[in-house]
Amino acid sequence: MRFFRVALLVLKKDFAIELKSYEILSTTLFFAVSCVAIFSFAFVKDGQAPVDAAAGILWIAIAFSGTLALGRTFERERYGETLKALLLAPAPRPAIYLGKLLGIVTLLFATEIIVVPMVAFLFSAPFFERPLLLVALLGLGTVGYAAVGTLFAAMLVRARTRDVMLPILLYPITIPVIIAGVRGTSALLASPVDEPVAMLWIGLLSFFDVVFVTLSLWTFEPLMTE
Amino acid sequence: MKKLFVPVAAITALMFAYAPIAIANAPYESTMRLVQKIFYFHFPAWMALTVSVTICTVASALYLFKGWAKADRIAVAAAEVTVIFGLFGLVSGSLWGRKAWGVWWQWDARLTMAFLLELIFFGYILVRNYGGPGAEKLAAAMGIFGGATAPFVYKSVDWWRTVHPKTSVMTTLGETSPEMWFVVWFCTFTILLFMGLLLAARIRLEEQRAALDELYLAAED
Amino acid sequence: MIRRTWIALVTFVLLGANAFAQQAASDGFVPMSSLPPGEELPAARFVVASYAFFLMLMVFYVWTIWKRLAKVEQDMKELGRRQGGATR
Repeated sequence: MRFFRVALLVLKKDFAIELKSYEILSTTLFFAVSCVAIFSFAFVKDGQAPVDAAAGILWIAIAFSGTLALGRTFERERYGETLKALLLAPAPRPAIYLGKLLGIVTLLFATEIIVVPMVAFLFSAPFFERPLLLVALLGLGTVGYAAVGTLFAAMLVRARTRDVMLPILLYPITIPVIIAGVRGTSALLASPVDEPVAMLWIGLLSFFDVVFVTLSLWTFEPLMTE
Repeated sequence: MKKLFVPVAAITALMFAYAPIAIANAPYESTMRLVQKIFYFHFPAWMALTVSVTICTVASALYLFKGWAKADRIAVAAAEVTVIFGLFGLVSGSLWGRKAWGVWWQWDARLTMAFLLELIFFGYILVRNYGGPGAEKLAAAMGIFGGATAPFVYKSVDWWRTVHPKTSVMTTLGETSPEMWFVVWFCTFTILLFMGLLLAARIRLEEQRAALDELYLAAED
Repeated sequence: MIRRTWIALVTFVLLGANAFAQQAASDGFVPMSSLPPGEELPAARFVVASYAFFLMLMVFYVWTIWKRLAKVEQDMKELGRRQGGATR
């Protein structure tokens, strides 16, 4: 019980800081929207994009802006040397990880609430034919991506080259999330919705999430001890 | 370990010397003819890669949880060997694909998988070299997560697309062409031995480096 | 010792590959009559390229290990000499 209380406290702390300035949320959102704009230049021909493009653009925007959010969140902790203080607190380390993870996931969800309708609108993509499947794909994908991302971003706080290293570490490892997200979402875009395929990818994503959240909780302790 | 190195190196060299003869004498595969001969080093390279990825993951985990310096050295060596064999696998596969499929590159399941694995372990080496102080732990995390993500990459890429011959080729080869089967396994064994030698040499380098660091520390006192 | 072993190893591999290159080349030319025309020649090129790449890559990698080892060992000797000089 104490474990979850600590996690919630960390989450609450991050929220309190973010609500003062909205810095990370607004920059992440802006970045995601610019990503969508830039990718539309690559794919749109004669005023219309191919049907599948929307899924790819959406996930690229999420992945890229996710890296930005991860970097900024931990940069803030590094700046005030607060992560060190947090780790010194008499709290289980995995709980701290969980709190940070929840913070990142919430942030990305907030971004997605704006970006998904925007992509649907700009590319006339029928995302909302099966809202539950879409929510499952986005939710599971975001959690998987953020689980790995939070761990690596936390580890990199001490490294000199953290800005370069985060994408280098994160993208290759989260490739399955991106593939599953893009393929699953474009199955939703098919003109009769391809439900079995979407379910297949949702299954893969859930399995990925379980494995990587467990692995992260397990490795956070030894990774963060100096 | 050190005593074994020379005899094993000699055996490997002899096997390497015989390998071309065995390959040249192996029967032609009926549909792909001569180009199929790439297979005799291509498949073993992937076997070696699988083994070295496993070694890297296990060694990384041992280093992270037990703090054994030796395990860390093994992990670096294995990651480097993985990148080398991966590079050969990619290039030979690409050459083969040019002949068999008519294109240098296909986004098919195995190729993509190989490409991504290569990326992960190249990332490992980058982190190792440029991560600054504490890079060992970062790299260890990369090793563990890289090993853990490999099956997912495999599955996702497999569902995404498949043109590559199925793994069942190897299981039926023993019956359809015992001669080819023998050559393939001979080459696999040769390359695995060679990989062991490379690993040993690379670990030795890492040990010498650690010893040098210690000498420097001692000299400063 | 290690250096000598590597020389022996590399020489063996080189010899082996040499034999192979000849073999493969003749494979490409000899059975011309029995194979459909226009297939063997390019195929041989790909096979030879593939094995040549293997050889070059491995020789290069072994060379880099050797080079790095030599560097570390030289540094060690240097350090030992300097220390020896300082105590005397």
